[in-house]
Amino acid sequence: MNTLLLAAATPASSTLVHLSPVDMAVIAIYFMMVLGIGWYLKRFAKTGEGFFMAGREMTAWIAGLSFLAANLGSLELMGWAAATYQYGILATHWYWIGAIPAMLFLGLVMMPFYYICKTHSVPGYLHLRYNNATRVLSGVTFAFMTVLTSGINMYAMALVMKVVLGWDINFSIWVSSITVAIYVVLGGLLSAIFNEVLQFMLIWLGALLIPILGLIQAGGWSGMVAKIHENFPAQDYTHLWSGLGHFNTNPMGINWVGIVVGLGLVISPGYWMTNFLVVQRVLTAKDLRSAQAAPIIGAGFKMMIPIIVILPGLLGLALLHPHLLPEQVALKTGGNSYNEVLPLLMGRYLGPGLLGLGITALVAGFMSGMAGNVSAFATVWTYDIYRPLIRKQASDDHYVKVGRWWTFLGVLISIGTAYLVMQFNSIMDYVQALFSWFVAPMLGTVLLGMFWKRTTGPGGFWGLLLGTLTSIGLWAWVKVVPSALAIVAMSPDAKPLAQDMFQALWSFVVTVIVTVLVSLATKPKPESELVGLVRGCTEIPVEHGLPWHKKPLFWGTVVFIVFIILNLIFW
Amino acid sequence: MHKHRISIWFFIGLLLTVYGVLIFGAGIYELSHPQEHPVQMAQYHAGIWWGVLLFVMGLFYTIKFRPKKEP
Repeated sequence: MNTLLLAAATPASSTLVHLSPVDMAVIAIYFMMVLGIGWYLKRFAKTGEGFFMAGREMTAWIAGLSFLAANLGSLELMGWAAATYQYGILATHWYWIGAIPAMLFLGLVMMPFYYICKTHSVPGYLHLRYNNATRVLSGVTFAFMTVLTSGINMYAMALVMKVVLGWDINFSIWVSSITVAIYVVLGGLLSAIFNEVLQFMLIWLGALLIPILGLIQAGGWSGMVAKIHENFPAQDYTHLWSGLGHFNTNPMGINWVGIVVGLGLVISPGYWMTNFLVVQRVLTAKDLRSAQAAPIIGAGFKMMIPIIVILPGLLGLALLHPHLLPEQVALKTGGNSYNEVLPLLMGRYLGPGLLGLGITALVAGFMSGMAGNVSAFATVWTYDIYRPLIRKQASDDHYVKVGRWWTFLGVLISIGTAYLVMQFNSIMDYVQALFSWFVAPMLGTVLLGMFWKRTTGPGGFWGLLLGTLTSIGLWAWVKVVPSALAIVAMSPDAKPLAQDMFQALWSFVVTVIVTVLVSLATKPKPESELVGLVRGCTEIPVEHGLPWHKKPLFWGTVVFIVFIILNLIFW
Repeated sequence: MHKHRISIWFFIGLLLTVYGVLIFGAGIYELSHPQEHPVQMAQYHAGIWWGVLLFVMGLFYTIKFRPKKEP
C-alpha cells in the first residue's frame, strides 16, 4: 500500500488539515512520554536477556498487544483505508483470513517449539533445527529486509506528513526516527514493547471517532451500504466473498484461490508465523501459557482493526463528494486521491484536540512499526550474524553494547534508505517486493523443520535458497514481461495484487519440494538433537488443573468461531 | 533485574488523563466560542464526551496501576 501513498506525495499547494495549538500540544506530549518511558526503562536493559528479550517476563496481554502493534507499521491506517476506497470491503481479507488462522496456529501449535528451545530469534531456531548456513541466510535476508523496509516506511510517512500537514520532510524523518532510536537504544526491546502498547491504545483512541461519527452521519451500516450502491452502482464494494468466483467479478482482480491459498495459507502464515519482527514480541512472554495466549489476544484485536481502517474507507465511498480518484488522475486533475481518504475524514470530523489525537495515532503507528523493525534488526544482527561470523566468544555486556550500537546504526541505515528513495523513487518497488521474496520460503523451511523430523540441514538450506530465488525470479519475470502475470497467476484477467499471492504460492511449493528431496538424499539428525525443536520429539508441558477459561485452546476456539461468523455475515 | 517496575498501564493512564483534560477543555472552549467553519457533526460535541472518556479511562489506569511502595 505504500506504493500508492508514495505516489501521492507530490508537493501540495495546500495541506489537507490544519493543526491548532492544542493539537500541537497533544503531539508534543506524546513525544515527551515515549522518550520518558525509554529513559525510565534504561535501568532494566543491562543484560542480554533484558535488552534483547525484555527479560522474558511480559504478560500475555502486553506481549499480545505488542505483537499486533509491531505489525501496524507506518501507514497501516492510511494505506488500508485507501485500499478499501479502491477495492471495497475485500481489503478486510488482509485482517481476517490473512491473519487470524495463522495467528491462532502460531499460538496453539508452533509457540511451544519456539518457546521451549529458548531461542533469541527465528534464525536462531533455524540454527538449532538445521545448521549455521540456514541461520545466516535467513538472518542476513531478514536484517536486510528490515532496515530497508523501515527506511521506505519512514520516507512514506514523512511524505504523508508533508501532504497532510505541510511538515518539512527532513523534519519528519529526523524527529520521528531519532525519537525511536533514543528510546530503543536506552530501553531495548522492553522499551519498544512498552511504547508499542501505548501506541496501540493511541491508535484506537485517535482513530475510533471517525467511524463512529461517520456511521451516525451515514445513517448506520445499512445507510452507508445504500449510499455506496447509489454512488457506485456498477461495482460490488460491500461483499467479502460473493464476488470472488472469478478474477473479473470484483474490484481487486483476484479470485478465491488467490485469497484462500495465496494469502490465507502462504503469505499470512509466512508473515505471522515466521517473521521475527512479530514473533520476537511473543518470545518475551513470562511462561509458555502466556506465549500461547499472546497471539490469540492479538488475533482477537486484529479482527476488530477493520473498524478503524476498513470502515473509514467504506465511509469515504459513501460520503465523500466529489469522488476520490486514482493517483495519476488526481495528479492531472488536481482532485483528491484514494490515499487521502483518511486525512479527509479526519479534517471532516475531528475538531481541535481530537485532530491532534488523530495525527498522533498516525505518528504512533509509524513509530511502533519502526521500533519493531530496529529492535528485531539489532537482535538478529547481534545473535545471528555478529556472534557466529565475527566474534563467537564475548561477554554478555559486549553483546548488549553491540546491540545498542546496531540499533542506532539500524536507524541511520533506515534514514539513508529514506534519502536514497527520495532520489531514486523506483528503488521503492524493489524494496517493497522484499517481503514477498522472503516470507513464503521461510514458511516452508520453518514448517518442515518443526513438523517433520526427517528434514535435514542441507535440505533446509537449499529449500530456503531455491524458494527465495524462485520468488525473485518470478517477480523479475513479470517486471520484464508484464504479460507473464497471466502465467504466474494462471489467468489472463489477473491484476497486480494477484501476483503477490501466486508468486508466494509457487516459491512455497519449490521450497517444500527441494527441502523434501534434499532431505531424503542426506543424513538426518539423530532424534536426541531434535528434542525441544520438532513435534514428535518434544514433550509439550501441560498445566494440570487449569480452569477451562484460562486455557489458550478455549480462547483460540472462541476467536476462530467469531472469525467464521464475521466472514458469513459479510459474505 | 529490578523486581518493581512501573506498569505500562500507569504510563498509559497518565497520558490519557492529560489528553482527556486537554481535549475536554478544547471542546468546552469550542462550545463557548464556535468556530467560523466547524467540522461536520459538530453538533454532537465529540471533543467534550471523548475528552471525558479519555479522562475517566486515564484516571482508572493511573490509580489502579500506580507505583506501590516496596514491602
